Amino acid sequence: MLEVKDLHFTYPTGVEALKGINLTIDDGEFLAVMGQNGAGKTTLVKHFNGLLKPSEGEVLVDGVSTRDVSVAKLARNVGFVFQNPDHQLFSETVEAEIAFALKNFGFEEAVIEKQVDWALNLLDVTKYRKTSPFMLSGGERKRVALASILAWDPKVIILDEPTIGQDYQQKEKLQQFILQLNAQKKTVIIVTHDVEFVAECNPRIILMTQGKILVDGVAEKILTDPKLLEQASIVPPQITQIFLRLADLGLPTDVIDVQKATKILLNRLRERS
Amino acid sequence: MSVFEGFKFRKVSSVVHDLDPRIKFFFVAVLFVMAILFTKLIALTILFFIPLPFVFMARVKRQWLRSLRGAAFLAIFIFATNLIFGYFYPTSFQEITPPIDTLGEYLVLLERAASMTLRFVVLIASFSVFFLTTSPDHLGLALQQSHIPYEFCFAFTTAVRFVPVLADEAQTIMDAQKARGLELERGNFIKRIRNYIPILIPLIVNAIRRSLELAEAMESRAWGASEKRTNLYTLKLKKADYLLVLVSVLMLLLAFYVWLYVPIPSLTALLSL
Repeated sequence: MLEVKDLHFTYPTGVEALKGINLTIDDGEFLAVMGQNGAGKTTLVKHFNGLLKPSEGEVLVDGVSTRDVSVAKLARNVGFVFQNPDHQLFSETVEAEIAFALKNFGFEEAVIEKQVDWALNLLDVTKYRKTSPFMLSGGERKRVALASILAWDPKVIILDEPTIGQDYQQKEKLQQFILQLNAQKKTVIIVTHDVEFVAECNPRIILMTQGKILVDGVAEKILTDPKLLEQASIVPPQITQIFLRLADLGLPTDVIDVQKATKILLNRLRERS
Repeated sequence: MSVFEGFKFRKVSSVVHDLDPRIKFFFVAVLFVMAILFTKLIALTILFFIPLPFVFMARVKRQWLRSLRGAAFLAIFIFATNLIFGYFYPTSFQEITPPIDTLGEYLVLLERAASMTLRFVVLIASFSVFFLTTSPDHLGLALQQSHIPYEFCFAFTTAVRFVPVLADEAQTIMDAQKARGLELERGNFIKRIRNYIPILIPLIVNAIRRSLELAEAMESRAWGASEKRTNLYTLKLKKADYLLVLVSVLMLLLAFYVWLYVPIPSLTALLSL
């Protein structure tokens, strides 16, 4: 469980990025952190594995304050996948890249081998096992980076802007993958601008603006509230926009899922005919 | 990374920022020459105070102090080396007849080490004022108007401009690797150096990649298409600039006069009177 209590954070440059955040994330929850650039999203999640320590207030991971524990210790339970895979890939082979963290955490050789195989397979990069990560395409590099985090099977997984630079198919796969992780009782936290992606995943959402949490709730409530979204510089998902404009026909206005939308429209058409 | 902070330009306007960069550089060069001329602690202490009014006028006190703090490690290193080498090779001092055994001789040694360190601090202090108050664009203009080929000016300004970018990137990479359990401070000396490999490789790879992108961007914007480049802005000397030239020249003349004709006592000699 992650608990954030009255968290303030000021960068050494004097910028106050977080101004009193209170938040509790239970085990197995799926949370999307949304908001405009500079709202403090990444700053907030960097507190969850201790990369940043609170200027004021407290962040507790399973009851332990992040102030008292090293990043390496926290990272064992909280995996953080950075936005740009090029900020972490350095090994000669994909295999070695994935094994890097496992070695840092002091896993035994046999366990490392098993976990590397598992992670390679999980993200469908087994065929690149002996390839240099620098030879791979952008999407593949992103998958290797993800594999290198999932390999040690952390309880909490944080993904910073996972959909940037991914094509539609990759996004689709990523979505299934995230939902699958969540089904396995992992806590998944994604930081993103991608409304359509969030709408399809239907997680709990916190909207952030100027270092504060504007609202915390389920996707269906938040993504269908244009006034709220505007404050965080977010546009509602396309399907929601359609339904908001059709409200005068008596259609529900809290639709974010395309499949559900289709059902509603089909039912309506059948009633008519 | 804090040592690079001194090289990061922040756009503010002040009397010092608006000075012609060529003149400012001349002033800093004069300080440089003076710092090299004198070896006595008293003279160097006076030199240390010369850039201070500029720091206050430019309102860059915080950043300036930070770059001094960044240089602290090197300063300590210089102090220690001077102390050690002075102790084992005392022949370079006139005041000492080896071996070093009296208190006076120890004080001379100590004073020499302190003044060598202060010389370094004076250099950092004056050069960081220059870099803190001169935008890279201004610097490039100054070089160009000094009839240096544009290719060199461009290479130079680009290098300066990318220092903070690289410093930021290094920080992100460090975070990404820490999130994978890398502990930079762990192990013996050799291990600690090896710990930096996962940081240096992505940093270098990204720098090379970025330079290629930059080259492409330049070519697509017709780099080198015209023989004679013109500039939207040109530097013109103003009253304050002439004043600073005058002050610099006078300072330099005074310094040479003192150096030639006025013997400066060492602090030790002064105190033992």
